[in-house]
Amino acid sequence: MGEQKTYRLQFALLAFTLLVCFIVNISLGSVSIPLKNIFGSFFGSVESSSNWNIIILDYRLPKAITAIMVGSGLGISGLLMQTLFRNPLAGPFVLGISSGASLGVALVILGSGLFGGLFATALITKWSIVIAASLGSFLVLLAVLAVSNKVRDTMAILIIGLMFGSITAAIVSVLSYFSSAEQLQQYIFWGFGSLSNLSWSELLIFFCIYAIGLILSVASIKGLNSLLLGDNYAKSLGLNLKQSRFIIIIATSLIAGTITAFAGPIAFIGLAIPHLTRQIFKTTNHKILLPAVFLFGAIVMLICDTIAQVPNSDYMLPINAITALVGAPVVIWLLVRQRKMMF
Amino acid sequence: METKTSHIILKVEQLSIGYKTKKAKTVIASNINFELQKGQLIGLVGANGIGKSTLLRTLIKVQPELSGSIRLNNKDLKTTTTLELAKQLSIVLTEPLSSKNLSVFELVALGRHPYTNWIGNLTESDTTIIRKAMTLVNILELKDKKCYELSDGQLQKVMIARALAQDTAIIVLDEPTSHLDMYHKAYILKLLQKLTKETGKTILFSSHEIDLAIQLCDTMIVMQKDNVVCNQPCHLITEGVFESLFPKDLIVFDDKTGSFRVTK
Repeated sequence: MGEQKTYRLQFALLAFTLLVCFIVNISLGSVSIPLKNIFGSFFGSVESSSNWNIIILDYRLPKAITAIMVGSGLGISGLLMQTLFRNPLAGPFVLGISSGASLGVALVILGSGLFGGLFATALITKWSIVIAASLGSFLVLLAVLAVSNKVRDTMAILIIGLMFGSITAAIVSVLSYFSSAEQLQQYIFWGFGSLSNLSWSELLIFFCIYAIGLILSVASIKGLNSLLLGDNYAKSLGLNLKQSRFIIIIATSLIAGTITAFAGPIAFIGLAIPHLTRQIFKTTNHKILLPAVFLFGAIVMLICDTIAQVPNSDYMLPINAITALVGAPVVIWLLVRQRKMMF
Repeated sequence: METKTSHIILKVEQLSIGYKTKKAKTVIASNINFELQKGQLIGLVGANGIGKSTLLRTLIKVQPELSGSIRLNNKDLKTTTTLELAKQLSIVLTEPLSSKNLSVFELVALGRHPYTNWIGNLTESDTTIIRKAMTLVNILELKDKKCYELSDGQLQKVMIARALAQDTAIIVLDEPTSHLDMYHKAYILKLLQKLTKETGKTILFSSHEIDLAIQLCDTMIVMQKDNVVCNQPCHLITEGVFESLFPKDLIVFDDKTGSFRVTK
């Protein structure tokens, strides 16, 4: 009938682009490896040299998978937040979820100086950072949830999220005053964001939590669509408002929380990707938007990562800087073109 | 007598409405009693701040009643679940849409939500109902437009189509004619009248267009400070209800023409 477009062509194009970006991302790096050897190491053919094998299977492949999960996850949590909070500016950052994670990490890395000695050195392992970030984002989320049950005004919730960000920044600067240069550097490096250094076992845990968040998001699609009308209309359409809100917020925190925990605070993807997707797909139906944001986020993150590693060189630029460099102009361009932001 | 009760779709008894906080209870209106018949167009009128919106919000279960009972299709509203209610009652509110980026078709299609599966897939019969709803209010040619491209009058029609697509026995509209020019006010109310005739739905709306409501409604509910009356417009005129609606220093009701005029 034409009313329910399925957007098959767009989806096919996006999926193809994702595949190309994935292959390009894996084939480019500080060591140049011929393309046929890359496929060779995938299929375990004998001719690929073992060094290249290790680089691809234990370094580049996990990094590319991380990029896909980070990009798609941040995009989806941004989409969920924008609809739930009826605000085109919403995203995991604005809600304070990422700030909470940063605060947890800051307390572990920088605060260990205050708690002293042996205890501290035992604390700063990769896992302690991951746990601290998850706990931090979860606690901020609980606070946001508690507030959102009391305060009806979603604008107020956004402002509270921003306040959490300010509090985090303040605590970090107080902590950094008492920290050693080494600790400070470690915290700053975490803040740059990084897609690499994830082992396969870490990747598995990352994937499990991310998958739960993703399933919850997919389950919320119908609710998200009716929320486009506003809370009262959504309720009049039979939506269990409280429950849907809760599920959407939990999904976001699971996704954004683990991403920040494993890859650091990565800016702009969560905000920019949903807007870019709406530009291309010209729909507000989350049944279309959610998979589209997934593909789009993954593609953009793979491209950003390819740029960040500066092919055939030893440089590794901070991924957070690249996403901001790509993301901020996109937001500005959208605003100038449309003169207003819609969701 | 029995046949008569079966035509009652909404029955309100001893209803008291207002706001309740932990500390205090603010009663806005009390002792409200009325019955609404199936297939009628009912206008709710009254001065500003008298509690029209509060009454409607209570009827659509957005806020709880303070006391009394509301029975929809002979079932207490309190025990009706959100989903059951969604299949019996649809609404058109004054509050703006959260997202004006929706296309007209997408918006009207949201009316099918109580009936669609977990992900909201539209079946062929859903699409037929959506098209029918759009045809009834004459907006089929707008279906691919975005809501931000529409005029206020068009948007109101789209919202009515959405309520129609929800396929409920009763539709409640809160001031559907505000923001509209004289022509569109008449157009929308006339449309509502046509819909009750053609679809057999009960339509309840609040409005400040008393003159139009008198001409078009089957029944009117008049809210005043101390009492709420519900009757046919002609009876209300002979009982002199409209005369006491507003202070007489500025406007008076002319019961011959059924309209208000400014005192000279």
